[in-house]
Order: sequence, then C-alpha cells, then structure tokens
Amino acid sequence: MFQLTLARKKILWAYLFLAIPLIFFLYIRIYPTLFAFEMSLYDWNPLAEEQEYIGTENYERLATELNNPRSVTRAAFSNTIVYVVLGVPIQLSIALLVALMLNEIGRLTMLYRLLFFLPFVTSTISIAWVFRALYQPQFGFLNVLLTLFSLPQQPFLKSPTQALPSILAMIIWQGLGFAVIIFLAGVKQIPRDYYEAATVDGANRWQSFRRITLPLLNPSIVYLIVLQSISFLRTFAPVLAMTTQGDGGPLNSTTTVVLRIYREAFQRFDMGFAAAQTVFLFAIILVVTIVQMRLTTRATD
Amino acid sequence: MSRSKFTVFLLSCLLVLLMSSQAFLQDDVIEIEYWQYNFGGRIEAMDDLIAQFEAANPDVRVIHNSDIAYDNFRDEIAASAPAGVGPDVVTLFYGWIPAFVDAGYLVPLPEEDFPAEWIESYFSPMVAESKFLDQYWSIPTAVRTLALFWNKDMFEAAGLDPEKPPTTLEELVEMAQALTIYDGNGTEILNIAQEGFPPQLSGQWHHWFREVLLRQYGGVPYSDDLRSVMWNSPEGCEAFTYMSDFETVYKTGSNDLFTDATNAFVTGLAAIHIDGSFRLGTIRNNNPDLNYGVAELPVGPNGERHNFGSYWTHGITRRAAGDERRMDAAVRFLKFITTAEAGLTWVEYTGELPAQLEAAADEELLADPILGPFAASLAYSHATFFVDETAQRQVLIDAFDNIRLAGVDPCQALNDAALVEQEILDQFWADQ
Repeated sequence: MFQLTLARKKILWAYLFLAIPLIFFLYIRIYPTLFAFEMSLYDWNPLAEEQEYIGTENYERLATELNNPRSVTRAAFSNTIVYVVLGVPIQLSIALLVALMLNEIGRLTMLYRLLFFLPFVTSTISIAWVFRALYQPQFGFLNVLLTLFSLPQQPFLKSPTQALPSILAMIIWQGLGFAVIIFLAGVKQIPRDYYEAATVDGANRWQSFRRITLPLLNPSIVYLIVLQSISFLRTFAPVLAMTTQGDGGPLNSTTTVVLRIYREAFQRFDMGFAAAQTVFLFAIILVVTIVQMRLTTRATD
Repeated sequence: MSRSKFTVFLLSCLLVLLMSSQAFLQDDVIEIEYWQYNFGGRIEAMDDLIAQFEAANPDVRVIHNSDIAYDNFRDEIAASAPAGVGPDVVTLFYGWIPAFVDAGYLVPLPEEDFPAEWIESYFSPMVAESKFLDQYWSIPTAVRTLALFWNKDMFEAAGLDPEKPPTTLEELVEMAQALTIYDGNGTEILNIAQEGFPPQLSGQWHHWFREVLLRQYGGVPYSDDLRSVMWNSPEGCEAFTYMSDFETVYKTGSNDLFTDATNAFVTGLAAIHIDGSFRLGTIRNNNPDLNYGVAELPVGPNGERHNFGSYWTHGITRRAAGDERRMDAAVRFLKFITTAEAGLTWVEYTGELPAQLEAAADEELLADPILGPFAASLAYSHATFFVDETAQRQVLIDAFDNIRLAGVDPCQALNDAALVEQEILDQFWADQ
C-alpha cells in the first residue's frame, strides 16, 4: 500500500464527494437529454415493447405541422414566442425598477426583499390556483374590484385574447423576486463615488442611470436575459394549472411547446414526436442564448 | 458497533430473510396487480369484489392500485410499461382501447375463456361494438348512459311543475330560458346568477351531439367503415346550432361560470344538466340534499330516442400474458369481476349500470326513479368508436369555442373542425 499525504487524501475525498452528484447528474439529466435525440428518430410508443426506427419522419411531421395554420403545434410555438418576447422585457424592467427603489430605502430593507422574493420560492401550482381564483369570471377578486368601480366584468382566462396575458402576468409576478435580487446585488456593486462624481459634473438622475447604472449592470442584465428567456421558453406548469383541464385553451391560445411535448408523450403516447419537438426546442434555446450573449456582451465593449 | 453486536445483527437479518423466503415457498400464492383510476364509488366496489374473489380463490392475491388521479392515469401506465411493472388487469376507458391495442399493451381475451358468441349474447350491444381488429380485447363490469338531470326546487321557484322535466328539444329551450336568472345588471353570460342549462362540451355535450342530437336531426357521425367524419353535414349543422344557441342566443349558461357546468348543477346553481349515471355518486358525496330528478334525454324533432353509451372496460396486459400463472390468475379475476352478480354489486356502489343484459333487465333497477331512466336508455344507446378520444373531444370543444368566443358561424366552425378530426382518423388508419 502506498501512503497518501494528508493533502492528497483531502483532494481524493473531495473528488469522491463530488463524484456522487456528478454521477447522479450524468445519469438523471445528461443521459436522458442525449437519449431524446435518439428517441426522436423512432416511432416511440412507451407502451410498446419494440420501437420502430423511422429516420427523420418526426422532424418532417414537425415541419408540416408548423406550416399548418390549424395545427396545435404551430399555436404552441407561436404562443411560446409571445411568452418570451413579452415576458422577458416586462419582467426585467419591473425588476430593475424595484431593485433601484429597494436600493434607496434604508428601513425594513430585509422585509421588503423578503416580500418580493417570497413568490419565487412558493410552489408554482399553488400560485397558479390562487390566480385562477382571482381571475374567476363573476366572483373572482379582480372582477369584484371591476364591479366595485362600475367597470364591465372580464372573462380573463376564459377569453382567447385575455388568457395569455393573464397567465403571463402571473409568471412575471412569480419570477420577479429572483430578478430583483440579482439586480440588487448588481446595483450594490456600483461604487457610490461614481454617482457623486457625476452629480458634481452636473448629471441629472436620468443621465446617471443611463451612463453609470445601466452599463455597470450589464453583467447582471446579460445573465438575467439569458436565464429568463430560457425559463419563459420552458413555460409549462402555470398553463397546465390555469387552463380548463390543462388543455392550453381556450382555442389553444395559451398552450406552449413544453405542454404539447407532455401531451404528445404521455397522452397520445407519441414519444418520438415529442422528442423531436424537444430537440427542436433545444436548438432554439441554444441559438437564442448564443445570440443574446454575443449581442449583449458586445454592448459593453 | 462491537463485533458480537454486529454478528447478532447479521444473524437476525439472515433469519428474517429465511423466514420470508420460507413463506413464499410454503403458500403458493400468486400476486397480480389491478389498476383503475381514482374514483370514489368504483374503489369501494372493486375492494368488495376483490375480497369476494380472494375468498373464492385463495391461491391468488390481487393488489388494487387506485391511487392515480384520472388526469395522470395514462401517464402512469406509460411510465410503468417501459419499467416492466404495472397492472396485469387494467381498467381503461373503452375509447382508449385502440391505442393500447396498437401499442401491443393489451392481449386479446382468450377465446376459450371468453367466447365471442358469449360476449355478444351476455353483454349490452355496445360492448360488441368494441370489437377491434376482429377480436375482443376487454370486457366491462358496468356501462353508462346519459340522462337529463333537473333541479326540482328551481323548477318550482320558476313556476314550472317540479315533476315534469322537458321531454322534447323545444321544451328544453323554453324551460332553460325560464330557469335562467340574471343579476339585474344585464342579460349577458357574466350577469347570470342562476343557470338554466349551461353547455359543457368538455363534459358530456360532445357525446350528446355526436350520438344523440345529430341522429335525431337525421345525420350520422361517421361512415360505416369508421374512416370518415360525417357530422359536418347540414343535419350536423342544425344540431350543433341548436346546442350553441343555448349560450350565444338564449344565454342560459356557460361552462365558464361557477367552475364548470357539472359543478354548477351539483352545488345548486344550474337547473338542468346532461350527465352520466356516474354523476349520481358525485351528488351523493358532495351535496346529498340536492332535490333533483333524472329523466330520459328529450326526443328529437323526428320523435326518435337516442343515447350515448360508454364504459370503462377491463383488459389483460402483455405483462400478465408473459407468465402462465399470472395469466391464469388474471383470466379468473377478469371472469369474476364481469359476472352479472358483479354488475349488480357495482351498481350499488357507483350508480353505473350492469353491463350484462340479464342484470340490466333487473326489474328493481328499471323501476328505480333515479337509475331507471339510465337503464331504459340502454336499448337505444350508441358507443362512438374513438381512435383518440381526447383529441376527438377537443375538436368539438374548439368548434364550440370558435362559435361562442370567436363569433364563427356554427356551420363554418363545424366544417373547420371536421378537417381536423379527419386528419386524426387518417393518421390512425394509416398506421393500421
């Protein structure tokens, strides 16, 4: 037996401890992810014993459905784009505003931060059900408020035009706390001297914000845009919980790519087609992320 | 741990192992698994039947898995299958059978144990309609039909005879309007305080359209070879317009109010409702004081009666077929839970009708004021042949939503929907 020094032993133990989560991660997350690529080439039915290899047929079907205006798949992809394009900028703008305000106050700071962060750590499904109740036609809190001010009642989740914004509002609200905390940490990093110097030079608040805060916050902004875009691209649970029987309706107006993937895989037993959509979504996320990283990092250079 | 303690620990482990394996060797009991989705009365009914079965068959133990919610039932089966676990006998909605057969998940019922002639003479005719690829893949304990539920207190309050439910389609419209109460701020859907008759396509109304109204207006839902959609006919359009008018013209209710139409009826906020016999159990559990009656569905313009019959049906899985002893136990269990006696036990717990003709003709059952109308409807019930029940249902839900939410003309909405459903049918048959 060869002797190990104490330092080496420590390192060895560290690797040993790291290996366990690593193995778990490889087997539970990485392997299934790669497996989806293979699955997408099969007519994969989870109930069947043997799976039939069909080459790129699932991808051809995906292309056909994306071109078919009646198809649910197409609705899912276009809705998902709306969730991202509206969700990310609105959420981040509000979060930045809140972070700047939180940065100004000196009393009860912890309480305010806690209040903003609380929804983020609450179960999405329970929040979705609470919002569902708030949005109820007739007796929902929002409609009671509207009636109180003699405004017409609104169908919210029951309307093909209002349902998506209603769900989006909930998602934005729930994820707000996370973005606020990241922004707050970023704002705290900016030295006070910069603002003082700017004030001496006669800059107003807007100018300091434009010229100091925004550029120096750039790393946080890039980080949040990338992360939140990915999160909005994966919208699933709120739609499942807030629409009638989780169907992504009315009239497919709220359905998302991930909801469709789930339905295809586990309700229609078409894992192959679901996997093809997963791969396609993966490609979209990859491209979006790379483009965002390039564009937003270049801005600071 | 000291060495002696460790030895004691090891020895006791060994002892436990030995004893348990001994138990296995001694009593020659085969365990099979039975799965159904979580629904109050059915669980109790099956627990009762399993207890009787095990008493008569001491060599079989049936594990009853009824913990899975309806919404996740198929997910769980799909997750269990690749893992090589799951049920030996499973209860599925009859409309799902083609998909499960297609995947090779179910095995055909053995002809010597379940002869085709016996199935056809012993069970309700709608069971014979589920023959698929020239074979029987499952048989039910019970079947369900639709009926009209009405709230007697509301009839009385509206000045109607509480013992006279609507019997024709015109009467249904008149009474639904008379029973609708608005809150005083207007007569739009959102002003409704009490619903006369709320449409619920996601509930039983899509069945009411395909197999009842459409036929009463002189149409048929599908071609004889089951490959073509036929409900987008002029008759279909009339029938669908009749349905959608309740929400868009007469404004007698909407599924968007009071959670949904079923809930509205059960909690006493809707006066008339169309539902299956399984709803009797829901009412008993959630609002036993509801003063309601049940009647056969109204006759159509041609005076004809039609009804939609459906059922949850038991099949034997590939897993059971892989082992001779399991298969034998599964066959015996399936036979036991589909006898006429089992059917009569079932009806007590669930309100679902016995699937066996002899039990369904039970005089006591026919005379029952609540179950009688359901039982009487068996003779003129049709079971739709679904290739993908969820998707085909969604097609009609969307057609209805297009009318009420997007202002599309009913005939146009129906034509658009037919294109979508035809694609579903084509896709299914192309794989056969």
